[in-house]
Amino acid sequence: MISIESRARFEQEVAKYPAEQRQSAVMACLAIAQQEIGYVSAEAESEIAEFLGMAPMAVHEVTTFYNMYNQRQVGKYKLNVCTNLPCQLRDGSRALQHLEKKLGIRMGESTEDGLFTLQQCECLGACADSPVLLVNDRTMCSFMTDEKLDQLVDGLRAAEGKA
Amino acid sequence: MNTQQVLGQFQATGVETCFHGRHIDAQILDGLDGRNWRLKDYEARGGYQALRRILGVDGEEAMSPDQVIATVKESALRGRGGAGFPTGLKWSFMPRQFPGQKYLVCNSDEGEPGTCKDRDILQFNPHIVIEGMIIAAYAMGISVGYNYIHGEIFQTYERFEEAVHEARMAGLLGDRILGSSLNFQLHAAHGFGAYICGEETALLESLEGKKGQPRFKPPFPASFGLYGKPTTVNNTETFAAVPWIIRNGGQAYLQCGKPNNGGTKIYSVSGDVERPGNYEIPMGTPFSVLLDLAGGVRTGRKLKAVIPGGSSAPVLPASIMMDCTMDYDSIAKAGSMLGSGAVIVMDDSRCMVKSLQRLSYFYMHESCGQCTPCREGTGWLSRVVDRIENGLGRQSDMDLLDNVAENIQGRTICALGDAAAMPVRAMIKHFRPEFEYHVAHKTCMVPAYV
Repeated sequence: MISIESRARFEQEVAKYPAEQRQSAVMACLAIAQQEIGYVSAEAESEIAEFLGMAPMAVHEVTTFYNMYNQRQVGKYKLNVCTNLPCQLRDGSRALQHLEKKLGIRMGESTEDGLFTLQQCECLGACADSPVLLVNDRTMCSFMTDEKLDQLVDGLRAAEGKA
Repeated sequence: MNTQQVLGQFQATGVETCFHGRHIDAQILDGLDGRNWRLKDYEARGGYQALRRILGVDGEEAMSPDQVIATVKESALRGRGGAGFPTGLKWSFMPRQFPGQKYLVCNSDEGEPGTCKDRDILQFNPHIVIEGMIIAAYAMGISVGYNYIHGEIFQTYERFEEAVHEARMAGLLGDRILGSSLNFQLHAAHGFGAYICGEETALLESLEGKKGQPRFKPPFPASFGLYGKPTTVNNTETFAAVPWIIRNGGQAYLQCGKPNNGGTKIYSVSGDVERPGNYEIPMGTPFSVLLDLAGGVRTGRKLKAVIPGGSSAPVLPASIMMDCTMDYDSIAKAGSMLGSGAVIVMDDSRCMVKSLQRLSYFYMHESCGQCTPCREGTGWLSRVVDRIENGLGRQSDMDLLDNVAENIQGRTICALGDAAAMPVRAMIKHFRPEFEYHVAHKTCMVPAYV
């Protein structure tokens, strides 16, 4: 069930568009739902479909088209590392490999404690900041040398009491 | 430390990439320090004076919408998103007398690999985009606008929302702007990870709450755009250029660039340079000057090649690139395109096969799947480059790649197919021996690749 707080945010998004175009808010609503429950569940899709007056399948089409919607539960911290060419030239792929080693998983996988999911991603639009990664869709981390990557992972583990 | 504090340690400040003081005659990035993005700071830099000027709110004579469009035409401002289409001309296509709703859309879906300029504009100078959009809305008689922002720069989206709120509170957005008869509502929207939404009709689909699949053109957005209404879509940097043009005149803007290539342009320099970042310089500045601003090629290395306009632009070898000036016409004459102004620099340690492998994977991944030549062709290109890189290539593969690319080009609804094909063809054209070496020796010509 989507919370009352999230529903209030849905309303703000819908208000940006003409009354007969509520569907325009679907991108934002899905992102808000994902922020709340960690991924886009089938239940969330149907609640959003009902809220916006869309067919559930039309919502699902959006979920599956865009890269950043999680179609299943992911770790508490999803780390998306850009490895596109400009980043590849500046240690982006190396950063991904370093995280694979540090977390003991391959890209696309999650750690057993459910804390981290590691993914390769396409251009984040921060090419001059490489190596660069996105945490949980919303927070960009720049100039991520191996030391900083360790600091990030260790810091997040400590914040979760799992140091 | 809590989660926020942990993540806070790694936030970009813009010091290295934007506030380095290494711009030339900057207009958009001038005087920024990362903290002075608010309305009062922007006004202290002369912000919203252009808007006041066209509305005539300070007692001067107002400018008519026609005069605004004429000024933009005179400036030779060309679209900064990649296509380089003359902005004033695009604005004049809007049916001014259309009786129904019309829309203005800012394309901030900056996902072209190598490009990171719109993020800095929106993050550090959001009001310049808002002012540019209000002026455009006035010129075309539009009352509602949206800024569609790349989902990956979510913090920048939130920053822009805050700036819009400030402008609304100050009477710069909404009904009767600054006491005039101008009404303009502006909202921010975000993507969520789809390169294709940088294509303007895909963006419109996305803004309508659908999959971002490009529309067949014509009809063009000026007649059938958002919700089927006349719509103008411009890039973030294009809108950001407008206030300066209105304040200083079209001639002044034109003169700080070169004929047919007015004004300054922000180049995102990435890859093998000492100081990657955004550099705002006049159009027509020699590439060698831009390379120097970015600290030159990595110490101890020589320039090998440059992709001058984002990953979709054909690569150019160093010898050709060093003779170019940074403007639409010079780069086009050299056989590539200025695109979004993303300059990807590659030094002599780079393997072109491996570089192309990553790019081809990207286009395969981001093809929306609508057109068969692109959906199948990008996969084909990616798999063939992959096997060359992995030592399984055949001598006939280079011709095969060129043939597949040729059969994608010009046969798809949108430009993604061309964008996937052009880098392949240029790589083979300029660096064919490297591909042949890979096939023959099952390894790189440049083993130093890191």
